[in-house]
Amino acid sequence: MKKHTLLSGLLMSALAISISACGGGNETSDGPPGASATPPSADGGGAGAPAAGLITAADITLGDIDQAMAEKGRSTYDVKCQACHSTGPNRVVGPGWKGITERRQPDWIMNMMLNIDVMLETDPEAQKGLEECLVRMPNQGLSKDQGREVLEFMRTL
Amino acid sequence: MKRPLLMTGTTLGVVAGAFLLMNSLPGCRPSGTTKSVVTGDAASKVYVKPGTHDEFYNFVSGGFSGQLAVYGIPSGRLLREIPVFSVDPESGYGYSEETKGMLTTSHGFIPWDDSHHPELSQTDGVPDGKWCFINGNNTPRIALVDLGTFRTGSIIEIPNSAGNHSSPFTTGNSEYVVAGTRFSVPMGDDASRDVPIKTYKENFKGNVSFIHPEPETGKMSIAFQIVTPGVNFDLSHAGKGPSEGWFFFSCYNTEQAYSLLEVNASQRDKDFIMAVNWKLAEQLAKEGKGKRVPGKHHSNWWNHKTHSTETTVYEDVLQLDPKDHPGLVYFMPCPKSPHGCDVDPTGKYIVGSGKLAALIPVFSFEKIQKAIAANDLEGDFGGIPVLKYESVLHGEVKKPGLGPLHTEFDANGNAYTSFFVSSEIVKWNVEKLEVVDRVPTYYSIGHLCVPGGDSKQPWGKYVIAYNKITKDRYLPTGPELTQSAQLYSIDGDKMELLLDFPTTGEPHYAQAIPAELVKPREVKFFKIEENEHPFVAKGEKETKIERRGKEVHVWMTTIRSHFAPDNIEGIKLGDEVYFHITNLEQDWDVPHGFAIKGAANAELLLMPGETQTLKWVPTRVGVTPMYCTDFCSALHQEMQGYVRVSPANSNVPLTALTVSVDAEM
Repeated sequence: MKKHTLLSGLLMSALAISISACGGGNETSDGPPGASATPPSADGGGAGAPAAGLITAADITLGDIDQAMAEKGRSTYDVKCQACHSTGPNRVVGPGWKGITERRQPDWIMNMMLNIDVMLETDPEAQKGLEECLVRMPNQGLSKDQGREVLEFMRTL
Repeated sequence: MKRPLLMTGTTLGVVAGAFLLMNSLPGCRPSGTTKSVVTGDAASKVYVKPGTHDEFYNFVSGGFSGQLAVYGIPSGRLLREIPVFSVDPESGYGYSEETKGMLTTSHGFIPWDDSHHPELSQTDGVPDGKWCFINGNNTPRIALVDLGTFRTGSIIEIPNSAGNHSSPFTTGNSEYVVAGTRFSVPMGDDASRDVPIKTYKENFKGNVSFIHPEPETGKMSIAFQIVTPGVNFDLSHAGKGPSEGWFFFSCYNTEQAYSLLEVNASQRDKDFIMAVNWKLAEQLAKEGKGKRVPGKHHSNWWNHKTHSTETTVYEDVLQLDPKDHPGLVYFMPCPKSPHGCDVDPTGKYIVGSGKLAALIPVFSFEKIQKAIAANDLEGDFGGIPVLKYESVLHGEVKKPGLGPLHTEFDANGNAYTSFFVSSEIVKWNVEKLEVVDRVPTYYSIGHLCVPGGDSKQPWGKYVIAYNKITKDRYLPTGPELTQSAQLYSIDGDKMELLLDFPTTGEPHYAQAIPAELVKPREVKFFKIEENEHPFVAKGEKETKIERRGKEVHVWMTTIRSHFAPDNIEGIKLGDEVYFHITNLEQDWDVPHGFAIKGAANAELLLMPGETQTLKWVPTRVGVTPMYCTDFCSALHQEMQGYVRVSPANSNVPLTALTVSVDAEM
C-alpha cells in the first residue's frame, strides 16, 4: 500500500507516512468550490461553452484491447498523469486507475481528460470528485488521440 | 564651421514671446497644487468592466528599473513588468542558472541597466505585435522581447559604444534596429583607447550600429557600424514611404565638449540631425566594403526548447567610415541641441526638437534630396557634408512652447509634441505648421505616445504623457514618489485629460498597439513533449539524483500539489546542489514556485512545461525545508519537502524519493 519513488540505486525500507485523507466525499453539497467562477480553459472552450462540445459514447468504439495503442497510452501516462494517479486502486492526488473502466463510462473518462473545465462546471460526478480531492484535475493538453490511447491503457489495468 | 551662440533680435523675440505665453498657462512648472481639468464623463471613457480587456497594450520603458512594463489602455492597469536588463527575484530571471546567461556581456555578468525606448517590430511600416525592442543605456545593449511569451528573447551588447541612447528604432520591416552612442569614446585596441580625455576631438568617435534580428528566431547580430566624429547621438527614427531607406539621428554636443556639457555643449546655435542612407550602407557591407575593427560583444539568445540561454561571443565588428563612402551620411543643421527626431506618417517630414529652442524645425525629405543632388552645402563637419539649413527646411513651428522634446503623430496630419519646460502637449498641423491645441501635463512631460504614433498608420485615439515629476498627484509616500503617466483623448478637436496612472521605474518612451494584434500570438504554456532541457524530467519516472564530485544534481518535478522527489538525503556540507525542476502542468496559468531556506539567490517561478535550475549551497548541517511559493491549489500549503544536510565526512547514502502512504504502483 505504499508508493516509493526511489531515485537512487538504493532500496528504501517501507516508510509509513500518514497523510490526512481527503473528506468522505459522500456528503451532498450545493456546488463545488470554484464552480461559480471557473476560469476559461487554455483552449478557449471553457467557461460559457455549451456542454455540446463533449465527447459522446457514440464517438468511442471499444474492441479487443489494442496493445500498441495501450503502450502509447502508457507513455503519455508516464509524462502527464502518473504524478497524480497510480495504476493501483488507491488515490494519490486523484483516484487510482485500477478497474476505472469498470466504474466509469469511456466517454466520461475521455471528457475528464480532454474537457475538464466543462466537466467541472456541468457534471455532478466530476464535481463530486473535486469535493473529495480538492485539487482541480489539470488540463494536461492531451490530443483526442492521446486521450483515446490513455483510455486503452486504462483498460489493461 | 564654428557658429558661436548669438542671441539675435529674432531669437530674443521668440523666447520672450514664449515666456509671456507660458505665464498665462497652467502647469508651466510644478506648482505644488493639483489642478483638476477633467471634464465631462472622463471616468466612463477609461472604465474597463471587470473581466473585460483593454483595447491597447502599452509597452512602457522602466527607465532605471531596467525593465519593460505593460499597461492596458485606456484603464492604465499594470499587467506585467517584464524583466529585461535587470535581475528579477520574483521570476528568478538572472538568478536561475539558465537565465544568468541573458545578462552576460564582455564585462561579465551585468545585473542592471537603464532602459529607455521600447520600439515595436514593424511589417511594412506598421507595428505587427511580434516583438518589442528596448535599449539598455548604461552598458550598451539592445533587447528583443517576444510578445508570444512576454519574455526577453535575446539581448545583444553594442561594442564601441557608451550611453546607448538613440536606440532601438526600427526600419519598416525590422530589417534593422539601430543603436547610437550617446557618449562618444575612443575605440580600437587598448593603446588607442588609453588617451587623455582632453584629446576628445582627435580620438573620440561616435557610431551608429545597425542590428539585424533574424526573422524566425529573433537572434540578433550587428550588420555594420557607421563611425562618425565625436558627438552625442540622442534619438532617431527610420524614414518611411518616400524616405524609406534612410535613417535620421539627432545629435548634440557638436561643440565636442568633454566637461561641464551643461554649459559647454550648449554654445552653438545649431547642432545636427544626421541622415544615413542605410540601403547604401547595406549594399556597401554586402560588397565587402568597410573594415572589421576590434569590438568584443556578446549576443545572448533564449532557446524556448531548451529553456536556456545560448551565447555567441564576437571579437570584432564591421565598420563603415562615411569619409570613404560619399553619399552615405549627411548632416542637417538643427537648432539648439536637438532631442527628438521623428518622422511623420507620410515619410515626407522629419521633425527635430531642439530641447533648448522655442521653435520646432520641420525638414522636408524632398528638399533634402534636392539639396544633396545640387550639392547645396554649407561646409563639412569632420569630413561629413553639412546641408544648408534653409535648403532642407519645410518650415518652423513658431512659438509652440518651451523645451520641445518628442513628437508623435495621428492619422489626420497632426503632430503632438511634448514640452518639458512649459509642461504641456502641443498639437500642431504638420503641413501648415500651425498650433491647433495645447493641454497642460502634471508635471514636466518627457516622452509621449500615440498608439502607432511613430508608424505609417497611427491608430490615434489617445496621447499618453510620461511625466518626469509627480509631486502632489498621488498620496505621498515619503521622499520617493511614484512615477506617472497621463492619458488624454485626441478624438475631438480639443485634447481631453482622462486619467492619471502611476508607473514603475522612470518611464521614458512607450508604444501602444491594439491588443487584437498581440493576443493571437499568446503562448499559454510550454509543451512538455518539446522540452529539450538537458535536465528535464518528463514525468516523475524520470526524476532522480546524481552526484558528480561536489555537485549534486536533482531532477525534480512539480504538479498540483507536490514535488517529486520531496525527501532528499545524503547532501554533505561543501556540496553544490542543483535543483533542475520541471513543471509537469500543461494548462494555462498554473505556475509553481520553488524556494529553499538559505538560498543565496532567489526563487524559481516555473511556467507549465518549463524546466529551470536553482543552485543551492548549504551552509549548515540539518534538515532544510523547501516549498512551493505560488499558491497553486487548495493543497498548496502541503506542497513542501525536506533536504537533509550531513557533515562533509558523513556516510549518509544519497537518496531522493516521494513516499505516499496511500498508493500502490
